[in-house]
Amino acid sequence: MLDKEGIAKRIAKEVKNNTYVNLGIGIPTLVANYLHEGINVCFQSENGLLGVGPFPKEYAVDPDTINAGKQTITALPGASSFDSAMSFGMIHSKKIDLTILGAMEVSENGDIANWKIPGKMVKGMGGAMDLVASAKHIIVAMQHVNKAGESKLLAKCDLPLTGKNCVKRIVTELAVIDIAPEGGFVLIERAPGVSIEQIKNATAGKLLISGDIPEMAL
Amino acid sequence: MIHKLVKDAAAAVTDISDGSTLMLGGFGLCGIPENCIQAILEKGTTNLTCISNNAGVDDFGIGLLLQQKRVKKMISSYVGENEEFERQLLSGELEVELIPQGTLAFRCMAAGYGMPAIFTPAGVGTEVAVGKESRIFDGKEYLLETAFNADFAIVKAWKGDTDGNLIFKSTARNFNPLMAMAGKITIAEVEELVEPGILDPDQIHTPGIYVHRIFEGKNYEKRIEKRTTSK
Repeated sequence: MLDKEGIAKRIAKEVKNNTYVNLGIGIPTLVANYLHEGINVCFQSENGLLGVGPFPKEYAVDPDTINAGKQTITALPGASSFDSAMSFGMIHSKKIDLTILGAMEVSENGDIANWKIPGKMVKGMGGAMDLVASAKHIIVAMQHVNKAGESKLLAKCDLPLTGKNCVKRIVTELAVIDIAPEGGFVLIERAPGVSIEQIKNATAGKLLISGDIPEMAL
Repeated sequence: MIHKLVKDAAAAVTDISDGSTLMLGGFGLCGIPENCIQAILEKGTTNLTCISNNAGVDDFGIGLLLQQKRVKKMISSYVGENEEFERQLLSGELEVELIPQGTLAFRCMAAGYGMPAIFTPAGVGTEVAVGKESRIFDGKEYLLETAFNADFAIVKAWKGDTDGNLIFKSTARNFNPLMAMAGKITIAEVEELVEPGILDPDQIHTPGIYVHRIFEGKNYEKRIEKRTTSK
């Protein structure tokens, strides 16, 4: 089973050379720490920065330079800043190659819910509805089950949707799973030490297993 | 040149009346018009509709107006950093329209460019789409979203001149230039105000024609929500 860092490490293997990538809040942000050597990536933050760098040293903190999670960041050499319409313009015109974000639920046809629990929690969708509507490739980073132990991989989402038919791949502490074009969770890899039985038990939606399922290499 | 300079924030917001619709620039607490928010608070204006990406935090930014129940309705994309906001929303005291962040930006942009509406795929198939007109272009569905109509746009810039030209800094730009173009009356507060001719015309983000009132703000706190550093 993977911890959060492990999930980020596994997703880092999905990031291709010479691409523009948008990272969501939480586990997705950690992916930047595990990029493989020689992988040249430019990170976009939808509040208006291309070329997001590491967190600043204490003396270099600039309140005017933050990421979409409101954390202080740095801008790398070659970075550019822009307004929010241009930022979402580059998202909707498909200039961003990969979006990595968290989710509360994903359904077997690729629907995603991550912005609202009616009557309990209302944070808002932020840029997530834009990102999932237009991303070329979407990877969801999340825990396989919620705090109550219930599966987050469902036949149909119960929570209000963020987007429909958009998720391509999910990486959890247990597995790497793809969404089949005709619907269903296709088991691609098992996390180290995790059995197919464990993944079956944690997946409420239709799990498709064919042939030997390899263990992840991290 | 056309006279735009006002003395301070109090003078800039003097005719903002109860029930007005305001656009407020900023992302989180980054690039928010601190001086004008304080002046509106002191003036006692209430029953406001605020269009702003976020609602501040409990004790700063728009959160200050929420605390005193001055806001009737918020139109935002993300409000997760504000407990009082969440409380007022869940209890029904506050009317809230949550919309995708890109849609917020594009509805400002549309207003600034004189376009009545835009089409966006954000929110298709979700509750955001309920009751909205949609159209298919090249096999993909898009929602029709209308331009905002705001009485005042209140923005914060890094530098400005007395002709109303503005330059923003880093990610403090965010919604500010879009809203500056979109307000019926646009008020700009700047960290540094200079005479015309000092700023390079090629570096201007917002041409002065969009700005009706400008002043140099003071005592900027620029509070950081999540100070994150590396060793």
